[in-house]
Amino acid sequence: MKQIPVKQLARTLHIQILRHNPCDPQSEPRLQTFELEEADAMTLFIALSDIRENQDPSLQFDFVCRAGICGSCGMIINGRPGLACRTLTKDLPDRITLAPLPAFELIGDLSVNTGKWMRGMSEQLETWVHSQGLEQTSIDSLETTMEPELAEQLYELERCIECGCCIAACGTAQMREDFVGAVGLNQITRFQLDPRDERSDADYYQLVGDDSGVFGCMTLLGCEDMCPKQLPLATQIAFLRRRMASV
Amino acid sequence: MAKQLNLWPARMDVLQSLTGLLLVMFIWGHMFFESSILLGKDAMLWVTRMFEGAHVLDKPYPILVSGAVAAVFLLIAVHAILALRKFPSSYSQYHNLHRHIGAMRHADTTLWYVQVITGFAMFFLASTHLFVVFVQPDNIGPYASSDRIWSGRFWILYVLLLISVHLHAGVGMYRLAMKWWPFKAQTAPLARQRLKLAMWCVIGFFLVLGSASLLTYMKIGYDHADRAGERYKPVSSSTGQAGH
Repeated sequence: MKQIPVKQLARTLHIQILRHNPCDPQSEPRLQTFELEEADAMTLFIALSDIRENQDPSLQFDFVCRAGICGSCGMIINGRPGLACRTLTKDLPDRITLAPLPAFELIGDLSVNTGKWMRGMSEQLETWVHSQGLEQTSIDSLETTMEPELAEQLYELERCIECGCCIAACGTAQMREDFVGAVGLNQITRFQLDPRDERSDADYYQLVGDDSGVFGCMTLLGCEDMCPKQLPLATQIAFLRRRMASV
Repeated sequence: MAKQLNLWPARMDVLQSLTGLLLVMFIWGHMFFESSILLGKDAMLWVTRMFEGAHVLDKPYPILVSGAVAAVFLLIAVHAILALRKFPSSYSQYHNLHRHIGAMRHADTTLWYVQVITGFAMFFLASTHLFVVFVQPDNIGPYASSDRIWSGRFWILYVLLLISVHLHAGVGMYRLAMKWWPFKAQTAPLARQRLKLAMWCVIGFFLVLGSASLLTYMKIGYDHADRAGERYKPVSSSTGQAGH
């Protein structure tokens, strides 16, 4: 090597953010552009923190874990849903447009209330283990064992972080507010596989056997392609569809 | 939960897929039969006679074709009314969907909208085609079809129908596989890629086949325009009947 490699000049990123505060009656939705210099291994989380730190402390966005585990930082990045903490700015063009996830209640700017939606879905689909006599179970005794393969299968579906990207990526969910989406159908499959849950297929059919459930899915596969955790949502929904169609 | 289950959502979902599958099987078969014109007028006449039952019955019965048309129309009607449930139905739904499709730039979402548009177009295109064949089942043959296509200007309908039906059918088969087939989670992404490739190959194949046979009919019709209405006389008269 005849030359000592030097770092290329850092790019200037133009980050356009959809700003709106629904709590302020004066607030009108508007796009605001921030400029900042790209750093090595910069994620959108770092970029947004930088903007809030140095340019506009009123910017609202959600973060907890910064590692793609908590599911708080889902947002629309150049038109597609994704986790800001797992998105490297080097994978994006100079101009980046950020918007809050649609279909969820807007808290402000990029912050949406996915928790409220997820809780509603969870209550509607009763996503907890249904079992007789749970109150009498001694929590000191050993749990009934489960085959490792089955446990792994459950764990695979449990990896869902409820970030809301599958809902934002779903064409059906954009048209039908009551559609439970891949996140909801995934939960049903998870409990259906769980031997501790005593519900039958007919019970699950009551919960997802209509157009707000599995039969509303039109297989546009946005959920499968945009899931930040790469969950096997297409095969999982197909599985549930076959089960529910043969009830 | 002892509540009575309403099985209609499940039945409707299965029925929509099933009618779609049958219609695709029909149209793919239809393409091979109609493109018999590429093998010559006699080959096309033989296929025409086959559907009129001439090879097993004593003479051709065009009414059999009308019967088949009625069955296909029924399948389309059932498929259409079930598929209509999935269409966007209000301004806000269209608005949200357009914004979503434009922003996502996601092939499968866009292809679904292509199915909505081609499906809607076929309410008119397929109905027109089916009605003509239903009321004039005896008007099929090397010259009869060519005259209808060229002198009757039906090629305009058939160009639009050809594109619509093959986009709709090809994408529909891909979606059907993704909807129901028990792929393994590990191999599903690869299977999906292959299916997608197969889908484009099949769509391309049928568009080429359909265009080639349509052009052939147009050429025959053009050459035959001054004698439009005259029926084809087979060179080797194995059917023993005057041609159509």
